Amino acid sequence: MAELLVVPALLAYGEAAIAYAGELRGPGLAGRLATWGVRLGWVAQTALLVGQAASADGFPWRTWAGSLNLFVWLVVGAYLIWGCKPRYRLLGLAVMPVAALLLALAWAGGGTGLAEGGGSGRVLALHVGLMLAGFAGLTLAAGMASLYLWQERRLKRHERGVLRVRVPPLDALDRLAARTVLASLVMLALGIGVGASRFERGDFDAAMGVTFAILGVYASLLVLRYEGRRGRRAALLNLAGFALVAIVLPLTHFAQ
Amino acid sequence: MKLTLVGVSHHSAPLELRERVALDPAGAAELAASLGSETIVLSTCNRTELYLVRADHAEEVAVRTLAELAGDRANELSSVLYRLRDEAAALHLFRVAAGLDSLVPGEGEILGQVRAAYEQGATGPFLDRLCRQALHAGRRVRIETGIAESPASVPAAGAALAQQVFERLDGKRVLLIGAGKMSELTARNLISRGASIAAVANRTLEHAQELAARLKTRPLALGAIGPELASVDVVVASTSAPGTVLQKADVAAALPARRGRQLLLVDLAVPRDLDPEINELEGCFLYDIDDLEAVVAETISGRRSEAARAEKLVAAEAERFREWQASLDVVPTIASLRALAEEIRDSELARAGSRLSERERRQVESVTSQILAKLLHLPTIRMKEAAAAADGVVYADVVRHLFGLEEERRSR
Repeated sequence: MAELLVVPALLAYGEAAIAYAGELRGPGLAGRLATWGVRLGWVAQTALLVGQAASADGFPWRTWAGSLNLFVWLVVGAYLIWGCKPRYRLLGLAVMPVAALLLALAWAGGGTGLAEGGGSGRVLALHVGLMLAGFAGLTLAAGMASLYLWQERRLKRHERGVLRVRVPPLDALDRLAARTVLASLVMLALGIGVGASRFERGDFDAAMGVTFAILGVYASLLVLRYEGRRGRRAALLNLAGFALVAIVLPLTHFAQ
Repeated sequence: MKLTLVGVSHHSAPLELRERVALDPAGAAELAASLGSETIVLSTCNRTELYLVRADHAEEVAVRTLAELAGDRANELSSVLYRLRDEAAALHLFRVAAGLDSLVPGEGEILGQVRAAYEQGATGPFLDRLCRQALHAGRRVRIETGIAESPASVPAAGAALAQQVFERLDGKRVLLIGAGKMSELTARNLISRGASIAAVANRTLEHAQELAARLKTRPLALGAIGPELASVDVVVASTSAPGTVLQKADVAAALPARRGRQLLLVDLAVPRDLDPEINELEGCFLYDIDDLEAVVAETISGRRSEAARAEKLVAAEAERFREWQASLDVVPTIASLRALAEEIRDSELARAGSRLSERERRQVESVTSQILAKLLHLPTIRMKEAAAAADGVVYADVVRHLFGLEEERRSR
């Protein structure tokens, strides 16, 4: 029965994604409905993950679909830290449609059932958990970067409705994205450190190479930002790094 | 007791007449006190309204009072006065508190003015409840709709734009170029949101000094603004110079030292003070007077669309007040019924008192008290519900007749 929890989670995320679009017309009920959709969906997905963990013999999210399920939960959980504040609600517009889509993909791929995994150790679970948490953080940072570029464009173009839609301030988006990237890099580094304990000569593959490239891109983003390259350039670099996360990494990792 | 409202507002009365009947807060408090209990006087630049709760003659008292305030123009007053009673008067106050009756829908100042009128008025139980609920309605409208979020003037739009760029204006530094009225208004708007004024630059240094003294900052010669650009976050320009006073190259030169920090430039001058090409620089956002006026026009139209939602909220609050007001009609009957029941219980307990031990007496008291509470609970609720649905008086009459409450009162 627990696997059916994906349905309310998906419905709630979908509702949130639609309601966030409604929030674009002006603040009010749509925004509150969206926030509650995210909360309820996340609770349902948490229950689903608990059910999966309880019924599995080992780490239940080893497959790409299972990983995607856990990844979505981490993304939405990270979003909830800020997303409940009215000023940051519209961040959900960048995050929730993607979350709903990915969860649907995980469901279609069989990543939300109860017969997942088995036989994996705690080290692998910790490694995968940390890596996914890191990537979830980077996804959220990319959402913030997208929102930054959108809002910057509106301000530059002097759009008449620039004050009607409540978007987080540019300054805050820039700073929060950098902090999220920093926290994500720490988690990725820890995940790599945990994984390295099981690393053997000849294990190095394309996915690892891409992961190091991702680390390099985001680390350079933080360094450049420290040097004063904030705002638009940092947001563009953030999105370039996310392209590696979203496109190249799954292809290299799960295609093996 | 009836609620009566008599007043004049910007909807019907010209300024010359409104200013005759306008009162400062102390004057409004004094007038409310002189008119006796259950009176509030709401006087702002747009309206003067008297709310009175009286059994009779309230309207005559209010009209006479306003006519006295109007003095030799009292005869003009009768055609512009509005008179509302009971539910309509309550709804009007709720709309006023919500800013729905204001010149700019949703303006925030009126809520504070209603609160001041309430605090300084001679309120009794009725007006106390009315005012508290009106303030609640006003707050709900501001929280639950977007009516008060957008700026309604060019200086406020400049400050609101700054908040779209910077998370908080606390500690943000503003450079004023020009010492005119618009500069000062915008500066004060930014200061009220936490920003600080770094300097006032003007062609005539004396004018810069005057404004700098008022804003507690330092004056600057117009030629010395270049180095300031490296450290400020907002630039507000409104000089009467015939050409631009700040070129793109000047701002570009300051960018390396800014280390990527955003810069908002607000040009309120006509002809423009700031080179329009500054907007092309990375991290720089330049708004001129036309841009700001377009933003204000858009936000005011947004306020109007939000006003429809606000009206629904206000109507719901007014309905709640009406229900409370209606329930007042049955309160005396409920009180009499409970008093009668309590009296019967007390007398029966007194008669049985000698036959009971102290412990038994306490137990019987507790049990009979619970029986009464449970027995009277549902009739009380039903009577209040019926009161809200306008059947309250009928119900109250029936209860009085069935339990002989009138005879009971007469026999006492």
